[in-house]
Amino acid sequence: MRRFWLAVAAPALALVFAVAVTTIILQVSGHAPLQAYKDMWDYGTQPDSLVLTFNLSTTYYVAAVAVAIGFKMNLFNIGVDGQYRLAALFAAYVGGTINLPAPLHVAVILLVAMLVGALWAGVAAVLKNRRGVSEVISTIMLNYVATGILAYLLAEGRFGVLAQGSNNIGTPPIPASGQVPGIEVANLPGPFHGATSAIYGMVVVAVVVGVGYWWLLNRTRFGFDLRASGLSPTAATASGVDAKRMVLYVMLLSGAVAGLIGMPQLLGEAHTYNLDFPAGLGFTGIAIALLGRNSPVGIVFGALLWAFLDVSRQILDLEGVSKEIVTIMQGIAVLSVVIAYEVVRRYGIRAQQREVGRQLGTDEPVLVEAGA
Amino acid sequence: MSDRRSTGGTKLGLPTPADVVKPIALQRRTISFTGWRLAVLLGGLVALLSIVRIVTGAQQIDSAGTVAAAIGFAIPIGMAGLGGLWSERSGVVNIGLEGMMILGTWGAGYAGTLWGPWYGLIFGTLLGGLGAVVHAIATVTFGVDQIVSGVAINLLGLGVTQYLSALVWPNQPTQSSSIPPIPTFTLPGISDAMKDVADKGWFFVSDVASVLRAITFDVPYTTVIAVVLLPVTFFVLWRTSFGLRLRSCGEAPYAAESLGVNVYLHKYIAVIVSGFLAGFGGAVLATVLSGIYREGQTQGLGFIGLAAMIFGNWRVGGLAAGSLLFGYTQAIQLRSGEAVHSLLLVIVIGMVLLAAWQFYGRRVVPGVVSLVVAGLVFLWYARTDTLPDQVAYVTPYVATLLVLSLASQRLRMPAADGKPYIKGQDH
Repeated sequence: MRRFWLAVAAPALALVFAVAVTTIILQVSGHAPLQAYKDMWDYGTQPDSLVLTFNLSTTYYVAAVAVAIGFKMNLFNIGVDGQYRLAALFAAYVGGTINLPAPLHVAVILLVAMLVGALWAGVAAVLKNRRGVSEVISTIMLNYVATGILAYLLAEGRFGVLAQGSNNIGTPPIPASGQVPGIEVANLPGPFHGATSAIYGMVVVAVVVGVGYWWLLNRTRFGFDLRASGLSPTAATASGVDAKRMVLYVMLLSGAVAGLIGMPQLLGEAHTYNLDFPAGLGFTGIAIALLGRNSPVGIVFGALLWAFLDVSRQILDLEGVSKEIVTIMQGIAVLSVVIAYEVVRRYGIRAQQREVGRQLGTDEPVLVEAGA
Repeated sequence: MSDRRSTGGTKLGLPTPADVVKPIALQRRTISFTGWRLAVLLGGLVALLSIVRIVTGAQQIDSAGTVAAAIGFAIPIGMAGLGGLWSERSGVVNIGLEGMMILGTWGAGYAGTLWGPWYGLIFGTLLGGLGAVVHAIATVTFGVDQIVSGVAINLLGLGVTQYLSALVWPNQPTQSSSIPPIPTFTLPGISDAMKDVADKGWFFVSDVASVLRAITFDVPYTTVIAVVLLPVTFFVLWRTSFGLRLRSCGEAPYAAESLGVNVYLHKYIAVIVSGFLAGFGGAVLATVLSGIYREGQTQGLGFIGLAAMIFGNWRVGGLAAGSLLFGYTQAIQLRSGEAVHSLLLVIVIGMVLLAAWQFYGRRVVPGVVSLVVAGLVFLWYARTDTLPDQVAYVTPYVATLLVLSLASQRLRMPAADGKPYIKGQDH
């Protein structure tokens, strides 16, 4: 029970701190903080905004899971961003050039996306295993290489075609058989009632990814090995876990999930890959994974919160407050949440040491191995 | 938690890079780059460029303008890299350099347009330092994972500058008005004479002349400051007891602690200096290279700086060489597509020479590989007239990946780099 409260206390503290700092910044720069929060809440809870939030959080959720898989064994996949964009480009191109019956068409697109994402992440895994290159540096570099490849491929005569009536270059549009229709929610009772837009059908994929991630972590030997490698590489190796193989598999898996990040937007709305696809989703994923502490459930809350902030801040510009205040709030939240977890962890260890000391009947603190 | 950045880790029973490298490092010390070796190497490089320039007729490949532009780009890259060097030498990984650089560009844009370029440079430097203070509090005081903190700093740097821009420039929130230029100096006489010689197009002589022209004509004073900071950093970190203590925090903090070194203090100083340097690099980018603050103008230069530092094996000289190389790829890409194409020929000749060296050392397999690569690149050269723009764009990143993967056993990062340090918790 104590562990549970400690785990909840950290993000709560961090959010309170982030809001407090944001309030001070708003106050100092001459805006009314409470009015701004109220505007955001009013705008953010309208049915259309909620649908938008929900759709955005689908994308964020997948991104955060992609990052979290690596984090669970202390493997930093900072290259989720490049993996996602490269995967979305190839998937969109393949989807736009082939013609198959509907379910198969979608399946092929998803498969291509996962494959490309996994391959691009695999480069970092191979470099780490064979040449000892830190995945942090290699994935950062690979992000930029991916940007270069994208810019090269997304041109007329290669993967790109000129969209009708604009000079925006994108991949050939995916025909209807490769599109995933949205779920109409306008007539449902509840918060979405009366919304003019639909929820991405691809929300199913996010659910599958989430459930799969939970199942993998908690119900499979692979997941056990993964968590063991994260908590104590020494113990994992001693119990027969092949560290290099884990790095490779986890990186491939992380990349495959990263490949899915762009799919809700691609199959549900855009139907073509162009430069409107956001860059930086990988970094959003890192932030949300940290907020949700890599837990399949925690990330749900993190993704919803992040998406809500991103959608509701749009109103601020109209009210004369710069919407970037929300980026600051998010940045502070991430930083303070990791600090809070660390403080809480140290507090927990000290409490444990005192407890052991009491039971042993000495006043001297007893050293307990830090780890949990 | 602790050995995320290290490549192997004794915990897994694998040799760490440090273990592997120690004997090599000793060997290499005996064949280190003495002055004349360096001169021969540089001379060879210039000769190579000269041959290619004459064969292909691509004058831009080492014209004074190109060299000047390369140095111009190398400055912000080098300053970010130098920041990374300070920080990582004390054992704190700093991928927040990009965010600190963004703060630097904004500071230069704000103070530079209000009070003049020098104030802009100072203010940008200070803002970069402010970002570093946040990083130091998170990583040193609270022991948060350094990569995570760096990612958050990058996020914050962007958010804070965007917010401030909207606040101070409400009509045009993505850029400042133009920043007045900082003064430059020209060595009279020599500079013009070099231009004359460079324009002659002689083999070797003209190429040396255009380099000399580039470093004597219209050089901004920020370049001078930045170049001076390199030997200053070397002296402080490697020739003073303060530097020894600082580096010992990056190699063996618990041992340093036992000898009475205040590890927290040294790490704080190192990280904040690193922020100043990254901020200065950003300020130079805005003031000198662009003459304006524009949102997103760093374009990952902070990461290239980090790459240059790794490329340079966490040392000042290597870092300077890496910055120049990456600055050159940025400059050549902007100046001439034809020159980029002819650079392929430079790679071909370089690979052939490398192969010859490898055969001379009886390393047959690597030699054959080098020859095959040379052949392939030559085919590429012969069959195309231009290269895609993106080739130059990705060069710094690919070069870093290649160096990391081909020479990783020669690279040696500080032993305790990236590991959180908690006083008295050695076990």
